[in-house]
Amino acid sequence: MRITQGAFSFLPDLTEAEIRAQIDYALSKDWACSVEHTDDPHPRNVYWDMWGVPMFGLKDAAGVMLEVNACRKAHPEHYIKVNAFDSTRGVESIALSFIVNRPKVEPGFALERQEIAGRGIRYSTRAYSADRPAGERYKA
Amino acid sequence: MNKPLDNPAITDPKARYKAGVLKYKEMGYWRPDYEPKDTDFICVFRITPQEGVDAEEAAAAVAGESSTATWTVVWTDLLTAADSYRAKAFRVDQVPNTGPGTKTEQQYFAYVAYDLILFEEGSIANVTASLIGNVFSFKPLKAGRLEDIRVPVAYVKTFKGPPTGIIVERERLDKFGRPLLGATMKPKLGLSGKNYGRVVYEGLTGGLDFTKDDENINSQPFMHWRDRFLFCMEAVNRAQANSGEIKGHYLNVTAGTMEDMYERAEFAKELGSNILMIDLVIGWTAIQSMSNWSRKNDMILHMHRAGHGTYTRQKNHGVSFRVIAKWLRLAGVDHLHCGTAVGKLEGDPLTVQGFYNVCRDAYTKQDLSRGLFFDQDWADLRKVLPVASGGIHAGQMHQLLDLFGDDVVLQFGGGTIGHPMGVQSGAIANRVALEAMVKARNEGRDIKNEGPDVLRAAAKWCKPLEAALETWKDVSFNYTSTDTPDFVATPSASA
Repeated sequence: MRITQGAFSFLPDLTEAEIRAQIDYALSKDWACSVEHTDDPHPRNVYWDMWGVPMFGLKDAAGVMLEVNACRKAHPEHYIKVNAFDSTRGVESIALSFIVNRPKVEPGFALERQEIAGRGIRYSTRAYSADRPAGERYKA
Repeated sequence: MNKPLDNPAITDPKARYKAGVLKYKEMGYWRPDYEPKDTDFICVFRITPQEGVDAEEAAAAVAGESSTATWTVVWTDLLTAADSYRAKAFRVDQVPNTGPGTKTEQQYFAYVAYDLILFEEGSIANVTASLIGNVFSFKPLKAGRLEDIRVPVAYVKTFKGPPTGIIVERERLDKFGRPLLGATMKPKLGLSGKNYGRVVYEGLTGGLDFTKDDENINSQPFMHWRDRFLFCMEAVNRAQANSGEIKGHYLNVTAGTMEDMYERAEFAKELGSNILMIDLVIGWTAIQSMSNWSRKNDMILHMHRAGHGTYTRQKNHGVSFRVIAKWLRLAGVDHLHCGTAVGKLEGDPLTVQGFYNVCRDAYTKQDLSRGLFFDQDWADLRKVLPVASGGIHAGQMHQLLDLFGDDVVLQFGGGTIGHPMGVQSGAIANRVALEAMVKARNEGRDIKNEGPDVLRAAAKWCKPLEAALETWKDVSFNYTSTDTPDFVATPSASA
């Protein structure tokens, strides 16, 4: 399967130039870019590991690309995303987020059902990869 | 009304309160010298006076009937600080392209100010009972329409507004930087719970963020509400596991009584739904109650504007949707259908953009070309996510993104479910078209003109998109809009 979080997961994986173009767009809006990675892609896992802090004040996409590639090198089998943060009053949140790296094999999720009273079912989504401890996932 | 006008109000108390009938102007409802206060409500009504009724008297009558007046003088006014309770008509402009020599009877924009004391805090029911309560049936007017309203900040702050808001909704869904994608389940009526859930599952698994009950899906013999909820939540959870993305289905909890609605909302919560839906026809009080419930239970609240066309569409009579949108933002909904401009339902593009501004702005600027008569400070009230739904398809993606930007839910019902290769393919086509267009726009492409090229390029590697473009290539709904803004750059003299 292919996890489709992020803004461009239905498109072919972005090339270096395409990633850079999106970062340029974010910087042109005065959004601050940051890089995050995880080996726990559960849809409710909102806190991926931060690769450094958001690059406030950085104006050059090359600087962000440097961090993207450093993160890829350190965690080639992790999901990595670029976030762009808009600090405008009333927004103060992420304005763009897209995946720039993913493991070669994505085993996906199991849906577990617990039958409860009446016809009710309690659902829980579990990543197959999460059976292994953090740092050990997505290894052959 | 640029020329100086005398205040026609009778100030001598003996003459003013003599039993009998006075003109509204004489009673103090026409006050051309009045300067509205920051704390006043200001309304602009489009009025068509009966023959023989002058514009100022008609405007004064609107002010009177929407505030304190009755048809005759009452001495009991003297028991009150009557002047502050009286609404004041303070400006009348001729509406361009109406009157002699045009196809339309003479109309006027009448500006009326209301003191803050007239309205109960946090109650749209009370606001509407005054502003549109009696006045639209009033005989001296042939027709009237509430075009726009400026709500004072002091009153805005008496509302909690949307229970979730655009920002928090995106954070909960973990979806940023692109419009959300949805579809309304079809056929609207007749599917069993199991078959209905199948369509939800296919749509969400294909790539939609949301699917939606239609406005008239409640609890009919072919599908009782509990069945629908159970099957839909199976579909939502399966699709979530298939994609690793958060998904939702707007469960319509509209019902005959508040007790029924609360019961349905509780069940939706128990099943883990992240979003509920209500119809505009349930009424202002019920909307505010469901908004409170949603806030208390971390639920996104989707509003379908069912019924609004009966009073928003015709320009001469009713209430403009921009006013309804303002009231709904105060009352507190998270999603609101605001039109598509390019789809099957009524909507002049600029007028529709005006509705979107009302939903999403931190501060709405006066913009007469978009029908916005006033600046409106929203005092940090959360923002409503507008929904574009009705007769749109993947081939229009560039137009939709250009018109509405990122903060919108694009809902392709027929445009998903009617796909020749099946519902999943319909969803894939729309999602690919959307992401390709957002990416192209961010890269600096001129999507308004190059949009079709962007779509064709994506269709080369995405078969479902290719099929969608082929199926709906010539579909458009080019009819003349009935609800378009009327304005002149400089206000004309009063009649």
